[in-house]
Amino acid sequence: MPGTNVPSSHFYVREHHPENGTLLGFWLYLMSDCLIFACLFATYAVLGRNYAGGPTGAEIFELPVVALNTSLLLFSSITYGFAMLMMQKKDLAATMIWLGITGLFGAGFIYFELAEFVHLILSGAGPQRSGFLTSFFSLVGTHGLHVSFGIVWLITLLFQLKKHGLTAANRRRLMCLSMFWHFLDVVWIGVFTFVYLMGVLP
Amino acid sequence: MHDQFDLMTLIFGRLTLDAIPYHEPILVATFIMVALGGAAVLGAMTYFRLWGPLWRDWITSIDHKKIGVMYVVLGLIMLLRGFADAVMMRGQQAMSFGDSHGYLPPHHYDQVFTAHGVIMIFFVAMPLVTGLMNYVVPLQIGARDVAFPFLNNFSFWMTAFGGGLVMVSLFVGEFARTGWLAYPPLSGILASPDVGVDYYIWSLQIAGVGTLLSGVNLIVTIVKMRAPGMNMMRMPVFTWTALCTNVLIVAAFPVLTAVLAMLSLDRLFGTNFFTNDMGGNAMMYVNLIWIWGHPEVYILILPAFGVFSEVVSTFCSKRLFGYTSMVYATIVITILSYLVWLHHFFTMGSGASVNSFFGITTMIISIPTGAKIFNWLFTMYRGRIRFELPMLWTMGFMITFVIGGMTGVLLAVPPADFVLHNSLFLIAHFHNVIIGGVLFGMFAGINYWFPKAFGFKLDVFWGKCSFWFWTIGFYFAFMPLYVLGLMGVTRRMSHFDDPSLQIWFEIAAFGAFLIALGIASFIIQLVVSFKRREALKDFTGDPWGGRTLEWSTSSPPPDYNFAFTPLVHDNDTWADMKANGYQRPLDGFLDIHMPKNTAAGFIIAACAAVCGFGLIWHMWLIVGAAFVALLVSTIVHTFNYNRDYHIPADDVVRTEGERTRLLAAHV
Repeated sequence: MPGTNVPSSHFYVREHHPENGTLLGFWLYLMSDCLIFACLFATYAVLGRNYAGGPTGAEIFELPVVALNTSLLLFSSITYGFAMLMMQKKDLAATMIWLGITGLFGAGFIYFELAEFVHLILSGAGPQRSGFLTSFFSLVGTHGLHVSFGIVWLITLLFQLKKHGLTAANRRRLMCLSMFWHFLDVVWIGVFTFVYLMGVLP
Repeated sequence: MHDQFDLMTLIFGRLTLDAIPYHEPILVATFIMVALGGAAVLGAMTYFRLWGPLWRDWITSIDHKKIGVMYVVLGLIMLLRGFADAVMMRGQQAMSFGDSHGYLPPHHYDQVFTAHGVIMIFFVAMPLVTGLMNYVVPLQIGARDVAFPFLNNFSFWMTAFGGGLVMVSLFVGEFARTGWLAYPPLSGILASPDVGVDYYIWSLQIAGVGTLLSGVNLIVTIVKMRAPGMNMMRMPVFTWTALCTNVLIVAAFPVLTAVLAMLSLDRLFGTNFFTNDMGGNAMMYVNLIWIWGHPEVYILILPAFGVFSEVVSTFCSKRLFGYTSMVYATIVITILSYLVWLHHFFTMGSGASVNSFFGITTMIISIPTGAKIFNWLFTMYRGRIRFELPMLWTMGFMITFVIGGMTGVLLAVPPADFVLHNSLFLIAHFHNVIIGGVLFGMFAGINYWFPKAFGFKLDVFWGKCSFWFWTIGFYFAFMPLYVLGLMGVTRRMSHFDDPSLQIWFEIAAFGAFLIALGIASFIIQLVVSFKRREALKDFTGDPWGGRTLEWSTSSPPPDYNFAFTPLVHDNDTWADMKANGYQRPLDGFLDIHMPKNTAAGFIIAACAAVCGFGLIWHMWLIVGAAFVALLVSTIVHTFNYNRDYHIPADDVVRTEGERTRLLAAHV
């Protein structure tokens, strides 16, 4: 019925507040990052047994150290979870303490990883040695790089929490870092299984 | 050894005066022209005191409309560069027969065809597509901006600086000589030890980050910020295609980032991803780059399909035929585009079963695409067609694209591909779909939405000249290449021996000349339209009798797009509003919450570009400094919690009152 007496407010709303899309956006970013890891895993699947006469995984992986490293990262996820619980209780000090502990676990993880890398490179098993080592270093190194950026982010966030407290913006940032941190944990489980555990098989 | 590590090397890396190509007369002449043109522009900017407005209103702007316009301007400027490369190739191939070797030495010719491909895809088609999506999508869904306005500005500057690096390679060093996808081992350090491939890698890495983030941004915008009442099946088709394209971007560009990172590790540190010895595998590069590359062509074409859908229904003054099938066709194409990448290298020995699978999936893609063509035709059937410029481009597309699609299906048959691969038949095919599809779509879109963005229509006469020169020029330029391809002529050759082929290349060169006239007509169209802007003015905001929400606001729209958020009841929201007695609200305006401009995006992207330039030339000191600057400026930006402001209701009242007066005076 053209031109009939529909009130004009039928066609608009006076106030409209679109939902905040930060968490969805961050999820999408994480999934795109996941694809980078997927490419690196695929590369490892293709090149992982191309030893070119160099060392094999069974010869160079030291599973006890890697197990320790894995537990550091898994614990850091748990402590991040505690930080989030404290955030929900609006306890700023406890949130920051748990975040700090998370960061220390992360730093420990990076320390052991770097030690492993240095040891491998010095013993002649650097990334240039073979296709296997190229794909190994790039996959594990990319993960380590992510954790390092996570630590930088975490420290930045500690300063911002101190300055502004648990505001809505900061809670959102904590949520994003939380997703990032747990995502890296999940990726590491893949790395641990696919690279280290399967790598030591004959 | 230690003199290699002196300060000069740390600062300048591999860059020496020899890298400046002053011994190449073509490049020197180009440089002089660019320098003179650049000096004229800079001088004019200073004379008219435009630096301040440029910085405040454009460079630091986070308004999706301005960013959209900047993307389109970037795409058009790069089109001139990419087309200059095309003309050089056509000229070289038309004259370089027998004893004549033309005017381009092979090492230069190889750079020209590589740069042409890279520029046309990454820095012409992508910015044009992203620009249209940026401008139109928020308006179509009744939003005031995108979900992450700052990120939008940052994405644009990453793309622009990536394009800038390609331009720098013209005068400092050289560009890759590998073809636009830089397959190893040719792009490896042994075969390409100089900086060309590094320019390729780092310009694409920097632009790629921008594209990826803009993809995330637009997905969230479409998912979260639609006006109330607009459920998914009430979204305009252009918004649907934009959504699917951005899903493809987010799912494809990380692969490009990963594979280029691997190539750069091979080149910088001597790793063995794609080397011939030490356990590398070059085929992995080809697979990975096409897992990005095939979705990429759909990233480009889907928004063009969206433009045609909007244009056809507007200029036939009726609802789009088969909206639902259009949406599902788009989704099916999105999914299938991931299952066809291997058809780019049927000849590389994957075996009959694998080739059959990918050949069949490729052929299946033509089904949803064909459904779309029929939908457009049925929309035109018994429509009152107005042959305005966007509609002309659309009809040119429908004929041209169908030919390109059919040659594509020919190439999808693996045995035929064994004969035709790497030939000029392939070149003709993909230009047929990219020019006839993407480029015609972009011209349709620019002619369609120009009055929305600037408040006046584009001149019709010069627009028609542009359309006819482009279309006829396209057929002259590329139909001969089909013939040559069927005769077995391969691509990327700078010289031929068989004189019987020459006539075909001369016809193709004539076609390129016609296209040049088409581009010139387009530029004249812009200039003439600007001069006649009073006569071409659009006071209504709805110059074409549009059907979607962007036409419900003024041309150009106010900063806040909509004084009140629309409430959606129908697919063609604006047509529904017009038909059912919508009255513009004239009072009761409220403060409007908007994001604030910021320079952070430009600064961070500039740091990334400097870092990339350092990586290309191995200037390690500069790489380190730029990386630290990038990190610090990012962190500093995160300490800014004060990112919004309110447009006071008084300003809204003034803006809307002005529009009321204009409407009363002119409509």
